[in-house]
Amino acid sequence: MSVLLIAEHNNKNLKPFTLNAISAASKIDAEVHVLVAGSGCESVAKEVAAVPLVKKVLLCDSPNYQNYLPENLAPLVTKNADRYDHIVASANTFGKNFMPRVAAALDTSQVSDVIKVNSPDTFVRPIYAGNAFATVKSNDKKRCVTVRPTSFEPAPKIGGSAQVDKVEAADVPNFSKFIKREETKSERPELGTARIVVSGGRGLESGENFKLITDIADKLNAAVGASRAAVDAGYISNDHQVGQTGKVVVPDLYIAVGISGAIQHLAGMKESKIIVAINKDGEAPIFSIADYGLEADLFKALPEFLSELNKLNTIQK
Amino acid sequence: MKILVAVKRVIDYNVQIRVKEDGSGVHTDNVKMSTNPPDDNATEESVKLKESGKVKEVVAVTIGEEKAQETVRKALAVGADRGIHVKADSYIEPLGIAKILKKVVEKEKPDMVFLGKQAIDDDCNQTGQMLAAMLNWPQATFSSKVTLKDKSMEIVREIDEGLETVEVNLPAVVTCDLRLNEPRYASLPNIMKAKKKPIEQMAAKDLGVDIANRVQQLKVEEPPKRKAGIKVANVAELVSKLKNEAKVI
Repeated sequence: MSVLLIAEHNNKNLKPFTLNAISAASKIDAEVHVLVAGSGCESVAKEVAAVPLVKKVLLCDSPNYQNYLPENLAPLVTKNADRYDHIVASANTFGKNFMPRVAAALDTSQVSDVIKVNSPDTFVRPIYAGNAFATVKSNDKKRCVTVRPTSFEPAPKIGGSAQVDKVEAADVPNFSKFIKREETKSERPELGTARIVVSGGRGLESGENFKLITDIADKLNAAVGASRAAVDAGYISNDHQVGQTGKVVVPDLYIAVGISGAIQHLAGMKESKIIVAINKDGEAPIFSIADYGLEADLFKALPEFLSELNKLNTIQK
Repeated sequence: MKILVAVKRVIDYNVQIRVKEDGSGVHTDNVKMSTNPPDDNATEESVKLKESGKVKEVVAVTIGEEKAQETVRKALAVGADRGIHVKADSYIEPLGIAKILKKVVEKEKPDMVFLGKQAIDDDCNQTGQMLAAMLNWPQATFSSKVTLKDKSMEIVREIDEGLETVEVNLPAVVTCDLRLNEPRYASLPNIMKAKKKPIEQMAAKDLGVDIANRVQQLKVEEPPKRKAGIKVANVAELVSKLKNEAKVI
């Protein structure tokens, strides 16, 4: 039987992570249907219909879904769940918000944050902030699954022509109201999805010195991260925190500067493809997981790093 | 008004967990346990709302083995008024936990339920949302600012793109982000006082809800180990390696 995937979008364009979720869904079952619920979101349905892995698009265009309130969205998903064995969404703040409501309504136990699909009922998911991987088998008849987008390749975007079926809106409870959304306007990429992350720790010694980190981040078009110690010391705001109690990041390149490598930090970044550690303490635990370690005083090394980067003709963006 | 705050006992966030050799789980014997970090934010916010005068009572609830009571004691020591301990000897999935909490809510009739956004052991991020759905209440997840009004709450939520503000009617479920507040430490006199505050006991199996787990844990293993890297002599070598060997810049 087929999979119903809930698309994430902004009523105009599909969010890129939905493509990763589509490829995860296709590993559960080839019959992937995608629900696009929003307001004035026909262009999104067209975009989804062009994805070759998608077999059918369900479009629910109603003011009820303009801001994806979980109280409104979950009943719509539940109402359309009958014909599906699996309900799938990205394990980001969009999917995490509404999916458990669907699971509760269907009396099914959700499998969160799947990083590998072994079979339609067996999945691998990280626990303890990625310090262990659990293989789990869902014995529910209907399964609600959220998938970690960065663990799956994005599905190709063009070449398909899936049928678009309109579906009716569901009743809404009217007990919650969207007020506003303030998207972080930063010149830098978002920490959770950046290709490169440059993080600073306690070794920076002050908030002012974080400029050494941001200069390099800007040069590399990277996001800026921090250890909990740096956040606790007030060097930088805690939305930059990488670690078990902060954000989990999986960039192509992670540069840890003045970070000793406490367990709680490692849990948030150790799946990065390439890890660089710059630390004056050669015994720091961060070196044990770094691909490239530089034992040096960061106050000397960072300006040098910047000038070496400036010498390069090209830098990948 | 009245708040129910749910707290969970987990392995302390600073402990390096060890996977059992037989793949059945992680070692928990003689391991330091604490309250799940964002649950501390949930307790702190509840106590702050009480201190503001708008909330009359804060009840802390936990579900788990005998020692889970310590998390309720900790909540009492920072200002919760009384506690509830629902005893359960083995792991219960969020779906079952939400069903138990629903029973407690029906009995206590709070105006708000506060929980952490996610537990740092099973990392499910489900319980609050499931409870809200079961009660047919609105929810505010990943909350980083809570403003209590007469019949509603205005809440700022942490989302991937930045911040979102929603208004939810009461009663409502709130799940708390670490940015919501700075949890206080319990003072020694308050820890002593908390010992006298009542904790009501009940057993999960007596609540008449289906708490059987539906997801079977087949195997727990360590993530693939990273291969040992190299030390570079200087910055020039580092940049050259990143450019030519790793090809990431």
